[in-house]
Amino acid sequence: MEKFKPLPSLPAPVKTTGIVGWLRSNLFSSPLNSVMSLILGYIVLSLLIPAINWAFIKADWFGTSRDACTSGGACWVFITSRFSQFIYGFYPETEYWRVDTTFVVLAACLAWLMIDHLPWKKWVSIFAVFVFPFVAYVLMHGGHFGLMEVETHRWGGFMLTLVIAVVGIAAALPLGILLALGRRSQMPVIKSFCVVFIEVWRGVPLITVLFMASVMLPLFVPQDITFDKLLRALIGITLFQSAYMAEVVRGGLQAIPKGQYEAADALGLSYWRSMSMIILPQALKMMIPGIVNTFIALFKDTSLVLIIGLFDLLAIVQAALTDPKWLGFSTEGYVFVALMFWVFCFGMSRYSQHLERKLHTGHKR
Amino acid sequence: MSSEAKKPQAHSTMPNNKPLFWNDPEKRALFFQALLILAVGGAIWIIVDNTLANLEQRGITTGFDFLSKPAGFGILQSLIEYNEQESYGRTFIVGLLNTLLVSGIGIALATMLGFVIGVARLSHNWLISRLALVYIEIFRNIPLLLQIFFWYFAVLRALPTAKQSLSIGESVFLNIRGLYIPSPVFEAGSSIILIALIAGVIASFFVARWAHKRQDDTGQIFPTTWVNLGLIVGLPVIAFFISGSPVSLEYPELKGFNFRGGITVIPEFLALLVALSIYTAAFIAEIVRSGIQSVHHGQTEAAHALGLPHGRTLKLVIIPQAMRVIIPPLTSQYLNLTKNSSLATAIGYPDLVSVFAGTTLNQTGQAVEIIFITMAVYLLISLLISVFMNWYNKRMSLVER
Repeated sequence: MEKFKPLPSLPAPVKTTGIVGWLRSNLFSSPLNSVMSLILGYIVLSLLIPAINWAFIKADWFGTSRDACTSGGACWVFITSRFSQFIYGFYPETEYWRVDTTFVVLAACLAWLMIDHLPWKKWVSIFAVFVFPFVAYVLMHGGHFGLMEVETHRWGGFMLTLVIAVVGIAAALPLGILLALGRRSQMPVIKSFCVVFIEVWRGVPLITVLFMASVMLPLFVPQDITFDKLLRALIGITLFQSAYMAEVVRGGLQAIPKGQYEAADALGLSYWRSMSMIILPQALKMMIPGIVNTFIALFKDTSLVLIIGLFDLLAIVQAALTDPKWLGFSTEGYVFVALMFWVFCFGMSRYSQHLERKLHTGHKR
Repeated sequence: MSSEAKKPQAHSTMPNNKPLFWNDPEKRALFFQALLILAVGGAIWIIVDNTLANLEQRGITTGFDFLSKPAGFGILQSLIEYNEQESYGRTFIVGLLNTLLVSGIGIALATMLGFVIGVARLSHNWLISRLALVYIEIFRNIPLLLQIFFWYFAVLRALPTAKQSLSIGESVFLNIRGLYIPSPVFEAGSSIILIALIAGVIASFFVARWAHKRQDDTGQIFPTTWVNLGLIVGLPVIAFFISGSPVSLEYPELKGFNFRGGITVIPEFLALLVALSIYTAAFIAEIVRSGIQSVHHGQTEAAHALGLPHGRTLKLVIIPQAMRVIIPPLTSQYLNLTKNSSLATAIGYPDLVSVFAGTTLNQTGQAVEIIFITMAVYLLISLLISVFMNWYNKRMSLVER
């Protein structure tokens, strides 16, 4: 008798593999799905092709005035010819290097802290928190060390957007942590003060907070003190964001098991020691995605400062659109601003998702 | 007397473990709270003192008397009678109603759009789920103010003039001045339709109760939804024809340079509404997706094993459980939408902030009172929405036994 010899297994049916298989299972799995796919595919193509045509193929990229726009597509000349104003506002052109240096240092610090396995993280973070703010202020505002003074009303564009967002979050985070701790405190007066503070700022729109900051803050201080417009906006944004931050921190604190608090008490640690050495490090680790989300919200909200007359990226593009030499290019302008904001916000949200996966370790079984 | 003498005796064998004054948690708590009260009180006192001095120096009167003075400026859109002789108090009401109108319609639109996109995101059709993802990622990551500007300045400003209006069936017109839709005209006898509608609603309530009881008694399911739909829609329609069709539509007509008749929706309202709905719907879609995904697939399998058809599984098993996850974050989105409607001021839609904290503040200069009223109103709206949603949440929440 011949020995049993298994035949090699047949390849999977063509219907389930390759492009055909993918199409069958993902686009044409049922008659209804097929119809929907065809209709949607037609709509998408009929929108996408003219859009690509407008933005790339028929677009004009080079030139100095609107006369260069002859192809009938998007006129990116409007953006390129005003690019430096959109980025730096009315900052003097010879001093651009100061802004660049500040943001390069900031980006380097952040990158150092974000990339794993780099040494001296502790020293970098100490530099970023305690030294960098003064360096940044001296560099950008000037007036010391022979640097020309550039008053804040000449700041604008994307640079101002970044300044407001970074200062806002850096100031709101510690305030938010204090408020969250206060909200969970046993002391009734402190607790109710924090609850009222948080709920009031969370219950009103940011615009009214900015109005309040710009109209009422000057009334609150003696006549002879003048408040910088940017500083007023920053105070308003910080108060507003700290309330949101406090709720994020509270979520993190609530997620710490009670045993951790009890263990800290059992070790005889004082309140501040147990918070700073046991509870907050764990809570902050869990809260990083929430903090990044708050930062994204703040980053988008910076555009509201145009209502109180500060020229952030959106405001400066909006102002450029009313220039009689460049009337009728609002779509190009808005697409540019949208792209700038989108790249930053999307990048941050992807980073927060990455962190969520990376940090999802200790509490996973 | 003797007990006092005895007490230290009893503790004499143990070390004195009474903490020092500044280490006693209770006393320290009292001290810190007193400190906070002093600090806050002091800050308020300094602020009030400075403010009063500053106001006096600038010659601004305090108090709420300005509310009854005539405003003297026109408002683009008002839901109630308003003209320039009316008081500042009336401008407040007009602005508030406009805010409520745009947030109310915006919430309804954003919820519908958000649910559709959220469900589409979970579709097995690759194209549909990808399109939903693209929608969410685009609109969530672009500032709302920019979206409002885009719709207002780039889209609505590019519409044709009144003469070349875009139209649907010669009854709805869209041009640079806004959207023109037919308005209903109620003639004598139209109250019968309203009565029929109320009767239909009441009847459907009883039908639902009866059907529920019948299902408890006999196990038979009555098609409540269809019968009730027939009652609520059918009765008014019958009443409409019996009473000799007393409701008619007034169509907008082009007369001279503009449309007359019908309802005019101003472009500021349209831009704000579209931007708010599209922006918030992106967030709602993600909430809906996470809510549906949070219901374990075993629930669907169990329902199917019990013999429930697909629609009933969705209605009775999946959606009630998903709603528990969805409602709390949905509430925050409703609040956000209402608060974000204040961005109206950037394009000149006459909402509360634009009319009251904008024009009225500039004319009267009474910043303290006006900002205070505006913030208080938004706080109140926020509280009302969250109280209502919390009540709804409690009603829907899991009953643990």
